[in-house]
Amino acid sequence: MSEEQIKNLEEQFEARIARDEKIEPKDWMPEKYRKTHIRQMSQHAHSEIVGMLPEGNWITRAPSLRRKVALLAKVQDEAGHGLYLYSATETLGISREEMYEQLHTGKAKYSSIFNYPTITWADMGAIGWLVDGAAIINQVPLCNTSYGPYARAMIRVCKEESFHQRQGYEIMIKLANGTPEQKEMAQDALNRWWWPSLMMLGPTDAESIHTEQSMKWKLKRKSNDDLRQQFIDQTVPQAELIGLTIPDPDLKWNEERGSYDFGEIDWDEFWQVVKGHGPMNKVRMKARVDAWENGAWVRDAAMAYAEKKRTSLKKEVS
Amino acid sequence: MSTKNWPLWEVFVRSKNGLEHRHCGSLHAADEDMALENARDVYTRRSEGVSIWVVESKHITASNPENNGEMFEPAQDKVYRHPTFYDLPDEVKHM
Repeated sequence: MSEEQIKNLEEQFEARIARDEKIEPKDWMPEKYRKTHIRQMSQHAHSEIVGMLPEGNWITRAPSLRRKVALLAKVQDEAGHGLYLYSATETLGISREEMYEQLHTGKAKYSSIFNYPTITWADMGAIGWLVDGAAIINQVPLCNTSYGPYARAMIRVCKEESFHQRQGYEIMIKLANGTPEQKEMAQDALNRWWWPSLMMLGPTDAESIHTEQSMKWKLKRKSNDDLRQQFIDQTVPQAELIGLTIPDPDLKWNEERGSYDFGEIDWDEFWQVVKGHGPMNKVRMKARVDAWENGAWVRDAAMAYAEKKRTSLKKEVS
Repeated sequence: MSTKNWPLWEVFVRSKNGLEHRHCGSLHAADEDMALENARDVYTRRSEGVSIWVVESKHITASNPENNGEMFEPAQDKVYRHPTFYDLPDEVKHM
């Protein structure tokens, strides 16, 4: 194709997106669109998969059967969300194995929030309430994104995600209304998860390199700072309602803006964790790689069985 | 490490009797039985279905959007295939 032709196709392509048309897997798309989507969608999938690990930690120690079935169902949903997203990403021409390879070698990132430890039961509450809460804010606009398979996967994900947040908040309510020790445990979890949750919504707009292009492709509908403000405004009253304190001395309602002002985020910490120096980066990746490698014989055996069945079926027919 | 990767399957779910099966996504599985079981776990965790079809993706032949012109445009100038093409007196209320 000549440069002229490509330019022409690109203009038509951008116009389609501007008209709110969806792009489907076999449609022509600019290489950059394909690559950007592979990067974002696979990282999203990886986050769901690695996101199972911090919570999986507490399944066997859930304090009641009610909590246990809920946590199990939530973790299973996360596996499901990872699978929707991986298969949606595969429609862009990357294989599942390549994506796993990128995750396992550290070439692909996943959400940094999962590199923090889950040291008490209250962390299950804080994760559902805050981490899933922030994830919902990030994900809802993606139900309308331009790439059809991604948008469809996100619609399923968002439908299921709201139970995650509610079950987390319910855990916090119970603890906050419990014994002084239980309330302290809830407050401690909030103290530890609050700032990482704010960081989850991404670097400030001034630092965010992908924003402009992503807005055009509807991979992003609102800027990171707007999403963060939305998250804070919605979460602060929920903390107040159950008598917990947001660990930010600068947090203050701003009458004029109709929003909360909040303190400085420690972006050094954010970048440290992104670069692999968070408290749990190595542990998470090791758990993930071990699970994959130790499961290899199972996958091989299933394949061998399937092949054997096929050949014996063929023999019967002939 | 594994030598052979599980093939890709497309999943179709009938949400209730009376409705058609609809494509809802894909997954990897070693064989058709596993594909069905995985489809149940991945796509119908909240009673989204009463029937599932799975088909290995390689068996699907798809039209190419580059050929959409010759494929679909011929239908566009055949307005006489639609009821509104025909003129009827206003007195005929329902037909």
